[in-house]
Amino acid sequence: MSILVGKDTRLICQGITGKSGGFHSEKCKEYGTNLVGGVTPGRGGETAVGVPVFDTVAEAVKATGANATMIFVPPPGAADAIVEAADAGIPVIIAITEGIPVLDMARAVAYLKLYHPEKRLIGPNCPGVITPGECKIGIMPGYIHKPGRIGVVSRSGTLTYEAVWQLTNLGIGQSTCVGIGGDPVNGTSFVDVLTMFEADPDTDAVLMMGEIGGDAEEQAAALKASGKFTKPLAAFIAGQTAPPGKRMGHAGAIISGGSGKASDKIAALEGAGIRVAKSPADMGLALKAAIGA
Amino acid sequence: MKVHEYQAKELLAKAGVAVPAGIVVSTPAEAAKAYEELGGGLIVVKAQVHAGGRGKGVAVGPEVDRGLALAIASGEKSRPDGMAKGVQLVKSAADAEKAAASLLGKTLVTYQTGPEGQAIKKVLITVGHDIAKELYLGLAVDRNTKRPVVMASTEGGVDIETVAHNTPEKIVHEPVDVALGLQPFQARKLCKALGLSGDSAKKGAVFLKNFVKFCIDSDASLAEINPLIVTDKGEVMALDCKLNFDDNANFRHKDYAALIDEDEEDPAELRAGRSGLSYVSLDGDIACLVNGAGLAMSTMDLIKYHGGEPANFLDVGGGAEKDQVLEAFRILLSSDKVNAVLVNIFGGIMRCDVIAQALLAAYDEIDFRVPLVVRLEGTNSDIGKALLEKSGRKIITADGLTDAAQKVVAAAKKHSAA
Repeated sequence: MSILVGKDTRLICQGITGKSGGFHSEKCKEYGTNLVGGVTPGRGGETAVGVPVFDTVAEAVKATGANATMIFVPPPGAADAIVEAADAGIPVIIAITEGIPVLDMARAVAYLKLYHPEKRLIGPNCPGVITPGECKIGIMPGYIHKPGRIGVVSRSGTLTYEAVWQLTNLGIGQSTCVGIGGDPVNGTSFVDVLTMFEADPDTDAVLMMGEIGGDAEEQAAALKASGKFTKPLAAFIAGQTAPPGKRMGHAGAIISGGSGKASDKIAALEGAGIRVAKSPADMGLALKAAIGA
Repeated sequence: MKVHEYQAKELLAKAGVAVPAGIVVSTPAEAAKAYEELGGGLIVVKAQVHAGGRGKGVAVGPEVDRGLALAIASGEKSRPDGMAKGVQLVKSAADAEKAAASLLGKTLVTYQTGPEGQAIKKVLITVGHDIAKELYLGLAVDRNTKRPVVMASTEGGVDIETVAHNTPEKIVHEPVDVALGLQPFQARKLCKALGLSGDSAKKGAVFLKNFVKFCIDSDASLAEINPLIVTDKGEVMALDCKLNFDDNANFRHKDYAALIDEDEEDPAELRAGRSGLSYVSLDGDIACLVNGAGLAMSTMDLIKYHGGEPANFLDVGGGAEKDQVLEAFRILLSSDKVNAVLVNIFGGIMRCDVIAQALLAAYDEIDFRVPLVVRLEGTNSDIGKALLEKSGRKIITADGLTDAAQKVVAAAKKHSAA
């Protein structure tokens, strides 16, 4: 089933009665995703997008057997929604919401690590996860994807669509595409996703889109260099021309050890033998070259 | 969101974090009065702008060349007598008044402001202390440990980035659990690393505990106290403070709205923010309008890769609706330096024909004086492209990223030569 989501996924949407939650639940359902319910506190008993709405995630799980959730809850309640999903036993939690306070995420991620280390949080502030032809969870346009054997992982939204579209136009299909989100504190890193793709028999190679800030790309390069990721890997780093910006203090720059600069990330990736596209127009071609196709 | 030093110190003081007594003023006469109210003696007069490097920065009027001011503030040229520094020591009410007069109404140029500098509207009059030690204390949210991390160093009062680069072992990192807060043992560890002992260590531990609690309670995403001082009497206090609040948490801090100083922000960036656009001004001449931050950064990279210079970063978000596109065009075209505009939209959920209609409507509402190159990809991109081509407007359509970049770079060169 590729990774994270597939034919056996039973999805609920937290925030299904909201504008975005309802719209994208509909789109996921149209794609063929098995949407089994929704959750909005105080709206239990109603129907939305043709599925039952529950007051709590625990009730939804009990009634529908849901094993994945898509979170559209607005920022003030989003971290609470993530923790609620984990406590209700949902193994795959995909948080689309943008703009969650960073300390709320720090609390939620610490809680998950302590009490639910086996649960997988993707995001927040991400486009979601899709296994083409089987299951779409999130806001990505479904039709740009094509079933196949290339894994895609990215910190960005529309840049991921661009990369996927390039692959599809080259006739290269995807096993699973994962948006890990651009927030400083998130549930899943490049290394986590690469490790899943390494173990997945349905994935032959991976295309990774990183961007400036932090050192998640350097960690991915180290994983490849250590021999723990053995499949062909191609990458692109967005923000090569971004200026350092008007910073206020220096604490942010020194905290992660790495510089966060695009040039350092590219050097680390290339040093680990990873092919890096120079232009965003060449992401698909870089992957094609990496697999020798 | 950033705040001024005087605002940061008021917030810290309320949270039980020791700061020197001070009064913020906006006229020289108030400065003299504040000198007396603070009990006289050694007093410091500090220009209030958001940038760092104020101590070496210079306050100048319109007659001074800003390039020269920046060279002085960066230590490349020596400061002529009579050019005021951003931070001044005074020993009388008359001198406090004089110092305030040398700053208020002037522009402070520091190595962080760039040559344009920032207007000084307020000065902080604060009690001077005899300093035994200058230390460094910072807090930021770390992507790796996914927690706030306290950073402490005995190398205070200097550029901490240099310390991090040359002697990283001199900066101690202590991650904090958000739910537990800073534990007493962590405060003891940090005090020891800072070389505090006896009574100073006890005061330091209280300082640290209240500082970290303040940062967590107030949703500070970045806080820096440089220097953290130990006085000759063993008191521990924040001589300076920079604070950055997490904008995403503003919904639970309604009081922060009053702390914003709009004069410190880039007017175009402020205007963009009000329309839900994310905008950063750059130095080039090719403006771009893109949906999504990653694609927007990549579009800047693409322009540069093909020999052009991006004029900005602009993310219209996932949708690209008419009102947003119109406001985005207005912001982009408000700059004289722009020689061409590139619109790069990946229409996923939003159909390209709808986006094309929004672009045309926006195009007609403003005087579009430079070439416009549009690349639409995704749902109904052919229909969208045909709509633009048949519209009769001077819009150049492009197929794919490379074609778009080549066309906009050529158009900008042609326009700039014309």
